[in-house]
Amino acid sequence: MHAAGNDQKSTDPIVRFEKVTKIFGDLTVLRELDFEVGAREKITIVGPSGSGKTTILRVLMTLEKPDGGVIYVDGEPLWHREVNGKLVEASEKHLRKVRGNIGMVFQHFNLFPHMTALRNVTEAPIHVMKMPTGDAEERAVQLLKQVGLGDKLEHYPSQLSGGQKQRVAIARALAMRPKVMLFDEVTSALDPELVGEVLGVIRELAEEGEMAMILVTHEMGFAREVSDRVVFFDKGQVVEQGQPADIFDNPQSERTRAFFSAVLRH
Amino acid sequence: MSELFDWEFVVEILPRLLGGLLVTVEATLAGFIIAVILGLFLALGRRSENPWISQPLGAIVEFIRSTPLLVQLFFFFFVLPRYGIRMPAFVVGTLALGLHYGTYTSEVYRAGIDAVDRGQWEAAVALNFSPWRVWTGIILPQAIPPMFPALGNYLIGMFKESAQLLAITVTELMLTARVIGTETFRFLEPITLAGVLYFLVSYPAALIVQRLEARYARSR
Repeated sequence: MHAAGNDQKSTDPIVRFEKVTKIFGDLTVLRELDFEVGAREKITIVGPSGSGKTTILRVLMTLEKPDGGVIYVDGEPLWHREVNGKLVEASEKHLRKVRGNIGMVFQHFNLFPHMTALRNVTEAPIHVMKMPTGDAEERAVQLLKQVGLGDKLEHYPSQLSGGQKQRVAIARALAMRPKVMLFDEVTSALDPELVGEVLGVIRELAEEGEMAMILVTHEMGFAREVSDRVVFFDKGQVVEQGQPADIFDNPQSERTRAFFSAVLRH
Repeated sequence: MSELFDWEFVVEILPRLLGGLLVTVEATLAGFIIAVILGLFLALGRRSENPWISQPLGAIVEFIRSTPLLVQLFFFFFVLPRYGIRMPAFVVGTLALGLHYGTYTSEVYRAGIDAVDRGQWEAAVALNFSPWRVWTGIILPQAIPPMFPALGNYLIGMFKESAQLLAITVTELMLTARVIGTETFRFLEPITLAGVLYFLVSYPAALIVQRLEARYARSR
């Protein structure tokens, strides 16, 4: 088996992929992928572009439907539901229930442009969690302060920089109190000078440690710093995984070595 | 007999023509409300994953868009009463206008909805919104404002095309002008005046639509 962090073994995984396959046309993006994430574990997925890293996050967020296999979230099948011991395709209602455990931050922010920063953060708590407006606003203000935007509550996304938009997007996802948070190349669309402020927020979240986090990123230094485990992913499968120091400094597989020598040279 | 423009006659017939204009405006606005609501439901229905909903709606939209408004007016006015469905001419005219233009506005909605960034749908899924809330809170509020110029152009189009309602005896502006002509044997003044009245409403409305377009182009 793979060398996951020993301290995670005592807890059940919050996310488990069992032989998950995803095919786009002729391309098999996920190939019977087995993959686990422990509760509160911080995982970074690295690998060549086009290797399907983002697809792992997208099938987990239910943005793409897998073509085979089963994904479990907090012990429950995500895309399926059990009927008399058999797994059948899940209803939209079931998807909504299980999906509630997961949050996601996108490469291109995807803030709602017709809402202020504050309303971007309160909208889902009010309409999905049915939280009273006052409570939702109180919490949103607190979250926006936490990401350093306490003075931008009434700003619209068009009035914010990329780094500020991404921090609002993080606050918006946090407001739903997910057990697992997915970060999909969240700094790739940012100007270089704005990357630091977003990574700083994510670093703080990682240190708080409450949520499991799965990051797809090209920021190798950051991955080394915040991850409990680094997963090298290529051609639809996990090639190698382990603690950051092992993977970065002493990769076992030829493909991993070739990838790191290519990215770290730049 | 050569006709000279008779201003006294103009003053005499103006109130009747304004009455006709009022009917034209009422039919246009009522028809527009129908078109705007119907268009939304047609657009949403055509997006349905259920082919039993999307396919027939698509066929109906294409059929109506490909036939003259006059066919629908006559069908509702002359054919339906044979099957016991009788409505006043004004109601028939308004419904036909609304139905005809509803198929056009449905295309405006389709384009407006398609123009909303895919990332908005993905964020909506990630935040677990209900389908109702996705449409009413996220997608439509972004899709509809950019549609205002196109909807405004259809409103102006309906205002002018409503002249066809004369064919089913709705005494709107055009029919009023023709009736005055046949009663008095003077067509120059009523027909000219009708044209002027159409222009006085259409042209400022077109200017407003242009300003909406410019404003939207700037805010993008």
